[in-house]
Amino acid sequence: MLILRCPYCGVDVDETDLHGGGEAHLKRFGPGSTDDEFHDYLFMRENPKGVHFERWQHSYGCGKWFLAARCTATLEVFGTYPAQTTEPPKEVVEAIKAKRPNWEVL
Amino acid sequence: MSNVVSALDGQVAPGEVTVRELGLRGMITLRGDLSSRKLQNICKKLTGVAFPKQGGVASEGDKGLAWMSPDEVLVMVPHAEAAPAVAAIEAALKGEHFLAVNVSDARAVFSVQGAFSREVIAKLAPADLHPDRFKEGMMRRTRLGQVAAAFWMVDEETFCVICFRSVAEYTFGLLKASAGAGEVGYL
Ligand SMILES: [Zn+2]
Repeated sequence: MLILRCPYCGVDVDETDLHGGGEAHLKRFGPGSTDDEFHDYLFMRENPKGVHFERWQHSYGCGKWFLAARCTATLEVFGTYPAQTTEPPKEVVEAIKAKRPNWEVL
Repeated sequence: MSNVVSALDGQVAPGEVTVRELGLRGMITLRGDLSSRKLQNICKKLTGVAFPKQGGVASEGDKGLAWMSPDEVLVMVPHAEAAPAVAAIEAALKGEHFLAVNVSDARAVFSVQGAFSREVIAKLAPADLHPDRFKEGMMRRTRLGQVAAAFWMVDEETFCVICFRSVAEYTFGLLKASAGAGEVGYL
């Protein structure tokens, strides 16, 4: 079971109250980009075994989207933060490095 | 004038923990800048309760204010006062970016009252209801069984539960079954 803290409500929320939105921090390629860039933006995902950044929606609560860093293998959560964030915040990166010393930001 | 009735017309399931449909209640979904002084003032004027902080609720009888999201507050008033309250909000917030909608007839309200009411809710919702974690003054939007619902504590032994009117019967049955199954003795 996955429990994430909604950064807007400040409460710990069960996975069943949330809606998953896939990988976070994607760079959007739209008009003017190459077909390969657009293809990768649409279809290519990291899908790691380990640290992953994801989008989640607090659908049964405030309805807002937020971002989360967690381990896909252990379900350990390193932090959650508002969706209006273009890269993982420093404290989240530090929390990951404290637990996964070999992990590097992509 | 039409004869307005609530979804279950005040149905009661008596027991150690009693589940009661509370009838009609005026509810207004108000979205806007919750830090706006004008918005806070009109909410306080309509309900007579303090403006809630993040995750908070304040209620007094049929009146109350509940924090629903960073840009949404639920304004509760007696059912007949909902339409005038929307007009009052629209007048007070003229020129501001906001949205006020009377959702009274889309909702059902229940009370769950008794010594182990906390466990009646805890059996149905994926929320931490330990007395140290969920207290009076907190609003929780989550689900009960299969449907969206929100609840708060009116006092130590009483929860107020709101859900969509279309699932009122399901929610009542769910609360009744949870109450009837008795105390777990954990919380
Ligand atoms: Zn939330």
